[in-house]
Amino acid sequence: MSRLVSFFASLYRDGFRNMTWGKPLVWLILLKLIILFGILRIFFFKPAMSGLTEEEKSEKVGAALTQPHNTDTLNLLTH
Amino acid sequence: MDVVIWSRIQFAMTAAYHWLFVPLTLGLAVVMAVMETLYVVKKDEFWKKAAQFWIKLFAINFAVGIATGIILEFEFGTNWSNYSWFVGDMFGAPLAIEGILAFFMEATFFAVMFFGWNKVSPKFHLASTWLTGIGATISAYWILVANGWMQNPVGTTFNPETVRSEMASAAAFWEVITNPVAVSKFCHSVTSGWVTGGIFVVGVSAWYLLKNRHVEFARKSMLVGAIVGLVGSGAVMLSGDSSGVHAAEFQPMKLAAAEGLRDGGNGAAFTIVPGIQVPHMLSLLATHDWNGYVPGINDILNGYTDNDGNVIPSVEDKMIMGRTALDALAVYRKTDDPVLKAEAKALLEANVQYMGYGHLSRPEDVVPPVGVVFWAFRFMIGLGMLIALVLLLSLIAIWKDKLGAWKWLLWASILCIPLVYICGQSGWVVAEVGRQPWTIQGLLPVNVAISSLSAGAVKTTFFIFLAVFALFLAIEIRIMIRAIGKGPEVEPSENI
Repeated sequence: MSRLVSFFASLYRDGFRNMTWGKPLVWLILLKLIILFGILRIFFFKPAMSGLTEEEKSEKVGAALTQPHNTDTLNLLTH
Repeated sequence: MDVVIWSRIQFAMTAAYHWLFVPLTLGLAVVMAVMETLYVVKKDEFWKKAAQFWIKLFAINFAVGIATGIILEFEFGTNWSNYSWFVGDMFGAPLAIEGILAFFMEATFFAVMFFGWNKVSPKFHLASTWLTGIGATISAYWILVANGWMQNPVGTTFNPETVRSEMASAAAFWEVITNPVAVSKFCHSVTSGWVTGGIFVVGVSAWYLLKNRHVEFARKSMLVGAIVGLVGSGAVMLSGDSSGVHAAEFQPMKLAAAEGLRDGGNGAAFTIVPGIQVPHMLSLLATHDWNGYVPGINDILNGYTDNDGNVIPSVEDKMIMGRTALDALAVYRKTDDPVLKAEAKALLEANVQYMGYGHLSRPEDVVPPVGVVFWAFRFMIGLGMLIALVLLLSLIAIWKDKLGAWKWLLWASILCIPLVYICGQSGWVVAEVGRQPWTIQGLLPVNVAISSLSAGAVKTTFFIFLAVFALFLAIEIRIMIRAIGKGPEVEPSENI
């Protein structure tokens, strides 16, 4: 098991160290992950029901299901 | 526009963006694995270099496409929280399996494929390349299990206590993962990826041939690309047939919209374009019976009897049953009286399959935008057939040694690269716009699935995504074009 771990560790270490044309791609992936998780997730995409207990979530969705809804915009375009 | 429409547009844009990368990943995975197999079997260095070049383009596509699917999950939690809660129990297992599988595949076999050329034996490397593609394909299966369930929600029971669709047993899980809609959708989507990968390789190779560069490499790559693409095209047609039969069975409104069929009947004709019809063809495709009954939009609205003799209620009747289910749900959740609770539960269970209809205010709400679905269907089929023809002609041109003479075919192959993306996106428009207004067929319409947000908040994130997506797409196209322009020369170190 430890041989397998050290094999993959050396694979990654040497792979990244000797990278040629792949380097910009790694930077691209890192930039994207920073934008996604460091900015968008934190500031714009907070889960709407975060902080609620399971019971509170059931209550909230149950209420949403049983209250009347506006159906005017069900379809984006005219039939 | 209100929050429902902005959320839908944002989700559609994100899903469409994600689908720009997935099919090429699935298709190039097969092409590069086939080439590397030829290298290992024939011990011919040419195929190693060819495989390395296409792996390079695979890596670029993968790098830009990575994590685009996660954005959809952000949107589920923020914009579609009612939906997320409703499906949470059912989606948990397939999406967790997909996540774990994708992680292990990416962390192991991708690494060996990209970094391991000089570190492992050729056979071990070949196995890693195949497993990378197989891993991506299995990953797609779990996503499509989730999508297939939304189109045909089998194997789950609505629990009024938790307000969720839940899988009660291992048998239910099995029913979910063998959902016929998921299986045919998986086959259709994955094999369409093979077509994308195949025509991409053929188109890029055609460009080299037109420029008279890397001629041997281009001819041999074109051969592999054309075979992979043609196998994919055949499989797409077969799985498309199966998808049509399932649409007729589980989502007849989608089929009626795709055909622009107002009034159905036995021996229904297939419309190629308005004014040109093939008699009986729609019945044959949808029911595998020359005279099978295919309901039209009006039949579905008014109620009809299907080919098995089942009486399908009108949408108005379904709305009444849906409201009964919702009223029963409200009573069940409010009352503490055990007798009343039991009665409400029984009433809910008797009508739950139409629960979503209780949210509609008029029967016409179940009709998707017919024009969009009708034309998207024709774009998908028409472009798919055109691409299959170009792939076939490419194969003939290689066989008859006519690539140099048939310059028009080389240009057509290049043109097919953007067309295959339009074809794939059109397919998803048929699948997803065609099932409107439902997020979950018959159970949850989009206007109830949404979170309590302001339209402005969703609009803001829509334009942020638009800018970010456009930027990354521009970067990918630029890197991809540079890599193609440089050609299949391999760096001395053979590193990525």
